Amino acid sequence: MDVLSGPVAGVFRAPDVDYHAFAPELVLVAVLVAVLVVDLVLEGRGRRLVGGLAGIGLLAAMVPVLTLAVDGANRSMVGGAYVVDDFALVFKGLFLIAGYVTMLLSSDYLADDDYYEGEYYFLLLSSVLGMMVMASSRDLISIFVALELLSIPAYMLAGWRKRDLKGNEATLKYYLLGVFATGVMLYGMSLIFGITGETVLTEIGSKLQGPGASLPLVSLGIVFVIVGFAFKISAVPFHSWAPDTYEGAPTPITAFLSVASKAGGFVALMQLVFIGFLGRDDVWQPMFWVLAALTMTVGNLIALRQTNIVRMLAYSSVAQAGYMLLPFAVAGDLAKGPGAAMGPMTTYLLIYAAMNLGAFALVLAVARKTRSGEIASYGGLFEYAPGLTVLMSIFVFALAGIPPLGGWYGKLVVFKTLLDANTPWAIVLGVIAAVNSVIALYYYASVAREMWMRPVPDGDTTPVRVPAGLTAALSLCAVATVVIGVYPQVVARFGDLAVFSLLP
Amino acid sequence: MENFEDIALSTAVFLPLVGALLLMVVPRENEGAQKLIALLTTLATMGVGIYLLAEFDYAASGDTMQFVVNRPWIDVISSRYIVGIDGISLPLLVLSMFICVLVVLYSWNHFPSPHNPKAFLALILLLETGMNGTFVAQDLILFFVFFEVVLLPMYFMIGVWGGENRQYASIKFFLYTLFGSALMILSFLALFFKGGAESFAIADLAQSSSAIAHGTQLLIFGGLFMGFAIKVPMFPFHTWLPDAHTQAPTQGSVILAAILLKLGTYGFIRIAIPILPEAAVSWAPWIGGLAVVGIIYGALGCLAQTDLKRLIAFSSVAHMGFVMLGIATLTDFGINAAVFGMVAHGLITGMLFFLAGSIKDRFHTLELSRLGGLLIKAPKMGWILGFCVMASLGLPGLAGFWGEFPAILSAYNPAAGVSEELFRFYMVVAAVGTVLAAGYLLWMFQRTAFGEPTEEFSHEPIPDMQWPEYAAWVPLLILILVLGVYPNLLFGITQEAVQHVVSAVGG
Repeated sequence: MDVLSGPVAGVFRAPDVDYHAFAPELVLVAVLVAVLVVDLVLEGRGRRLVGGLAGIGLLAAMVPVLTLAVDGANRSMVGGAYVVDDFALVFKGLFLIAGYVTMLLSSDYLADDDYYEGEYYFLLLSSVLGMMVMASSRDLISIFVALELLSIPAYMLAGWRKRDLKGNEATLKYYLLGVFATGVMLYGMSLIFGITGETVLTEIGSKLQGPGASLPLVSLGIVFVIVGFAFKISAVPFHSWAPDTYEGAPTPITAFLSVASKAGGFVALMQLVFIGFLGRDDVWQPMFWVLAALTMTVGNLIALRQTNIVRMLAYSSVAQAGYMLLPFAVAGDLAKGPGAAMGPMTTYLLIYAAMNLGAFALVLAVARKTRSGEIASYGGLFEYAPGLTVLMSIFVFALAGIPPLGGWYGKLVVFKTLLDANTPWAIVLGVIAAVNSVIALYYYASVAREMWMRPVPDGDTTPVRVPAGLTAALSLCAVATVVIGVYPQVVARFGDLAVFSLLP
Repeated sequence: MENFEDIALSTAVFLPLVGALLLMVVPRENEGAQKLIALLTTLATMGVGIYLLAEFDYAASGDTMQFVVNRPWIDVISSRYIVGIDGISLPLLVLSMFICVLVVLYSWNHFPSPHNPKAFLALILLLETGMNGTFVAQDLILFFVFFEVVLLPMYFMIGVWGGENRQYASIKFFLYTLFGSALMILSFLALFFKGGAESFAIADLAQSSSAIAHGTQLLIFGGLFMGFAIKVPMFPFHTWLPDAHTQAPTQGSVILAAILLKLGTYGFIRIAIPILPEAAVSWAPWIGGLAVVGIIYGALGCLAQTDLKRLIAFSSVAHMGFVMLGIATLTDFGINAAVFGMVAHGLITGMLFFLAGSIKDRFHTLELSRLGGLLIKAPKMGWILGFCVMASLGLPGLAGFWGEFPAILSAYNPAAGVSEELFRFYMVVAAVGTVLAAGYLLWMFQRTAFGEPTEEFSHEPIPDMQWPEYAAWVPLLILILVLGVYPNLLFGITQEAVQHVVSAVGG
């Protein structure tokens, strides 16, 4: 029942649609259209209404995700191209929550600066929809469609501050490099399709384990596809867009890009590598080794020198992607099979989402008063905003991986995977990662030092007013970060679920 | 109270955390309530400690943990919430609770600038949770988490409430210890995988570790060694310590010296030696060597100091050298001495840092050249300093003696497989170290307490002891004396458990 071969063979039959499986996406589509229509009818007067509608829509889409999770059955549609399993559901949940937090961050930000709102929410929802589709895509074509659906709205959102030069730079760089990466990836896909004659990942997987799989062209295709996604997850040396884009984009969008969009890239990579390219670890494993080592080291070293908090967090998120790539680099040597590398990656992504969204939410809150993105502007924050200071300390030290705050568990499971692989290469990578996590502490701690130990730069100690939406987002992220750190089983379970469902 | 037995250790660990959270909700202005909450919390925790002391079965054999609680925690990585104590953990746990009470008492009117008692007391309580947790954890991942929990509060304590150079000192402390713990956690994971253990429980790992090849064992022990040695700190990883101590506020210095340093030595006794006994035998000469270098280096360092607090910090390096020498012999005699040395050093050096803090409060300097005549200006305080100096240099009859002397003696006859000649040489060097210790301590006492006060202070009124100082110090002084006169009080607790540790080495 291959979708492509259908029309060629002359018998077209509409694929069976499992509406329950599609429900989260359908809800999102409905809300997305509603947002557009309501904004059109009210002609921009219903700011709050449109934002509220979008937020409720994201939460509403969460309901079918939960019912599907309770149901627990793996649902495979359109010839295996679209699958709803635990892996997909875990990430759909993550995307919806990340989207909702972005929504919370956005509402006051947009209102303050008088930007268009209706279109903003529409695009944000479209991008989330793309990610939802990505989590279920097990086919080269649907992966490509999902990637475009999540990227194109994001290109526009990055340049939302259109009167701002940096905003223009942000969107242009992101767009050009993004399109270039997509081109590279498509070329890789075409090579793989050309050799295997398949687009469904499971089929590609079995063909690539058979004869002819060691053709150089196959390797080239795999390399190109991975390079394409390396742009998406801003792995070094394909990271150059990230700091500029993060700095120029509206901060809520930066948070969204650095968490949801990056997770989208990782989801695609996991599906491609662990289903499609499973048998070819000789190609992707060394490649990921180099990518991971470079990404961690370069990200951390450059982050050390940043004076702008958003740029620092941008490089920090580059470095974090490096840690997340580590399991890929040893997956082929794991005793339980390559799929065992997915649990740690999923776990890390979930934890990373909570702490990074929190850090950006805090940057937004502080910028409301200081109107600055310089790290120096955080001086003396403890004196006039002790609550925010404690929260920011929680987020940065969680990112640094200090127990008992969330991040340590992510690092631990990643290290555990490396030692599980038990090869000299894995051990070397482990030592590089360990040294990197010490380096990283320096710049994370420098934010804390500024807040706790330095005087207020301009002597202005009026308290910071934090709107309700932002407070909600901050509390959500902080609670998640601390609870995960103290009782990691809550995320570890999701990591495990993801593994078992995706493995063949 | 049968059920309390099950939650006693967890209460001891998490009660301070509850107190810290409670402090957060008290308004900033209400300092009285903040101090009261902190004091009651530490006292209640100490109450749990007294309960443990009373209910602990001292006759039980050393291989059984008591008050054990074993609950699921992170199933995915086979790590469980296992807490329990034996004769080695008990004294240290109670010491930690005890010091925290005294630190809070001392804080009553000694809040360093920038004031803010709310945050300061909350950090002390957080520290207590981390320290107590480390002493009771029987699962390596749990141990790691608690071991790290103390980093953040101490970082802030030094960085916010510290002296002139506090930002440098705090980040140096943080980076050093984090580097050590990164290697430590890698070693923990290696232990787990190479040995194929069922879980991260210390008991499981001790059984599975014999399956690890000898060369790998040596490497893993090296990783553990780095993690713990930085914390102790052993020469040459000690350079963070003088900076941290000099810059830290008094309370921070006391906690650091009295308890945090012990986390490192405790790690050796609880984890490194029982799990990798063979590697410990191979490493022992190196550990012993670095320990005696530390003794001499610390002593010479002391003689070169011009700052009272820095001098006490260097004396810590020397004293911890004696503890490490005791541990390196791998004999029950040596390790008993080491545990005694840990407690004694905690009491005595903690006391010395209290004194340094009070002297600084009064003279606004710790420059030895500007001090002098303490016995004239504040005689009570001067005599207490004298008492502590005597205790610190190991005068028989005071607690310091029972840490130092048996440690040296134990080096005469190290465990089987460890070079006897080498350790006898170490013994001689360590004995020279005690002479040097007497030298620098008496020199320091002479400079601060004897003679006439210097010009600048001769007409300034210097208040003598105040009640929070009495409250915080008298219990310490009594314990120093009691343990000195009747050391069996402590040796009786540790003996069985130490024998169990040593039995793994075969000594």
